[in-house]
Amino acid sequence: MQAETKKVLLDPLVDNNPITLQVLGICSALAVTSQMSTSLIMSLALTLVTGFSSAGIAFIRNHVPSSIRIIAQMVIIASLVIVVDQVLKAFAYDISKKLSVFVGLIITNCIVMGRAEAYAMKNPPLESFWDGIGNGLGYSAVLISLSIVRELFGSGKLLGIEVLPLVKDGGWYTPNGLLLLPPSAFFLIGLMIWAVRSWKPAQVEKADYVISHAAHGEAH
Amino acid sequence: MPNSNQTGQVLSDKFAGLVEKAKVYAQHILSLGNDSFEKTVVVAFALCLVGAVLVSGSAVILKPLQVSNKAADEKSNILEVAGMLEEKTNVEEAFKKFEPKIVDLESGDYVDGINPETFDQRKASKDPALGVEIPSDKDIAKIGRKSKYAKVYLVKEDGKTKAVIVPVSGYGLWSTMHGYMALESDGQTVIGLNLFDQAETPGLGGEVVNPKWKSLWKGKKVYKEASEEGKDFMKKHHTEVGEPVLSLVKGSVDPSKPGAQHQVDGLAGATLTSNGVNNLIRYWLGSEGFAPYLAKFRAQRG
Repeated sequence: MQAETKKVLLDPLVDNNPITLQVLGICSALAVTSQMSTSLIMSLALTLVTGFSSAGIAFIRNHVPSSIRIIAQMVIIASLVIVVDQVLKAFAYDISKKLSVFVGLIITNCIVMGRAEAYAMKNPPLESFWDGIGNGLGYSAVLISLSIVRELFGSGKLLGIEVLPLVKDGGWYTPNGLLLLPPSAFFLIGLMIWAVRSWKPAQVEKADYVISHAAHGEAH
Repeated sequence: MPNSNQTGQVLSDKFAGLVEKAKVYAQHILSLGNDSFEKTVVVAFALCLVGAVLVSGSAVILKPLQVSNKAADEKSNILEVAGMLEEKTNVEEAFKKFEPKIVDLESGDYVDGINPETFDQRKASKDPALGVEIPSDKDIAKIGRKSKYAKVYLVKEDGKTKAVIVPVSGYGLWSTMHGYMALESDGQTVIGLNLFDQAETPGLGGEVVNPKWKSLWKGKKVYKEASEEGKDFMKKHHTEVGEPVLSLVKGSVDPSKPGAQHQVDGLAGATLTSNGVNNLIRYWLGSEGFAPYLAKFRAQRG
């Protein structure tokens, strides 16, 4: 594998993660992570859409009129998302029912658009494809870790299989209902960003401004 | 025939000419500056065309699979509500015991003019000829419109009707919940309630599909019984049973208290979904819904 391919594929996992560093694509990360099965399918769908839409956009990048640039990208992304949605409805009916609108909402996912604008418009199709896949994997990594925490502690299960026996079923574990609600993913993503930035201080952004300290005495 | 050969030759020449022209035009477009008006229009059009082919192609190719998925899902849910779905049940085979019937909601009679196999109640509710607007003071389940006719299923075993399954729907917190309720042949005792088509909060209101919760419904009674209402009331209203009183209660049901046969544990942390379930039962098993039909069903036992 070439250095460039490796870089665009692996960088987004931690060093340039679309969720924890760029803070993109949060909406679906909140919505679909209460169960692991939905997160897995959502990750797969988004990774494929990002990969192929980036490749498609890179393929025509030299002929896209700049005045309709965003619309042209949207047409490609939207078509792919609808195809993915149709495939899910045909082959994974139960999961597609659970994901409901969120597959459709991949169209507006900032990661897909962000990669199209930032990378695919300037790079050849193959690299763009790997860049899309890499960013999709970065998104997947966050989604899957969130869903593990949320499903395990929110309903005592992983992939629908009981891990912590619940009190209401005669076990000992009292589930944390908050983890099943979307705001809990906000807290978890916050903690995750904190952890990643403590591990890799290079990701910490410079403050936009410095809080000035009023000199003693002058304020009175 | 030389003549038709000649026309064929002319046509293929013309076609080759067109292809040649298209190639030249494509070259011309590609060589234009990206921001020229012509290129913008042509690129937009071409992209839309490719997108449209992709989308409609996948929709058309996958349609049969999706339709059969949906039908199989509906059938297995109907089996489940009747308590007849086990792990290895062959859905198609088991479904043969189910006889679909069309019911006129207002009169409670069976209707013969409509083919029950193809009747789609949800579509019919939106149809101006088959559906009616529900006046807002009566619309306790908040569904807006209902079909004049409903599709019910009779479960027959050895020529006898064992159960009846009626469709119900109502608004919860986020979504209109659609599903079925199965009643025993007395039209009073619940076999099950399955609100499989819903989008309530997973883990809270979404627990309406939890098998443990659904199992609580078995054996509950929908309507007030003669012993509770008093014989005079029943005589006055010419019925065997009273109003639908089956409802969810906060917390757990105390089986020792009177009325426990009309109560089911509420969903913890999902008051609005629980209210929605209460409302849809009151609506669909009340006089606006299936009460006239069930009265006749009880009288004839089938």
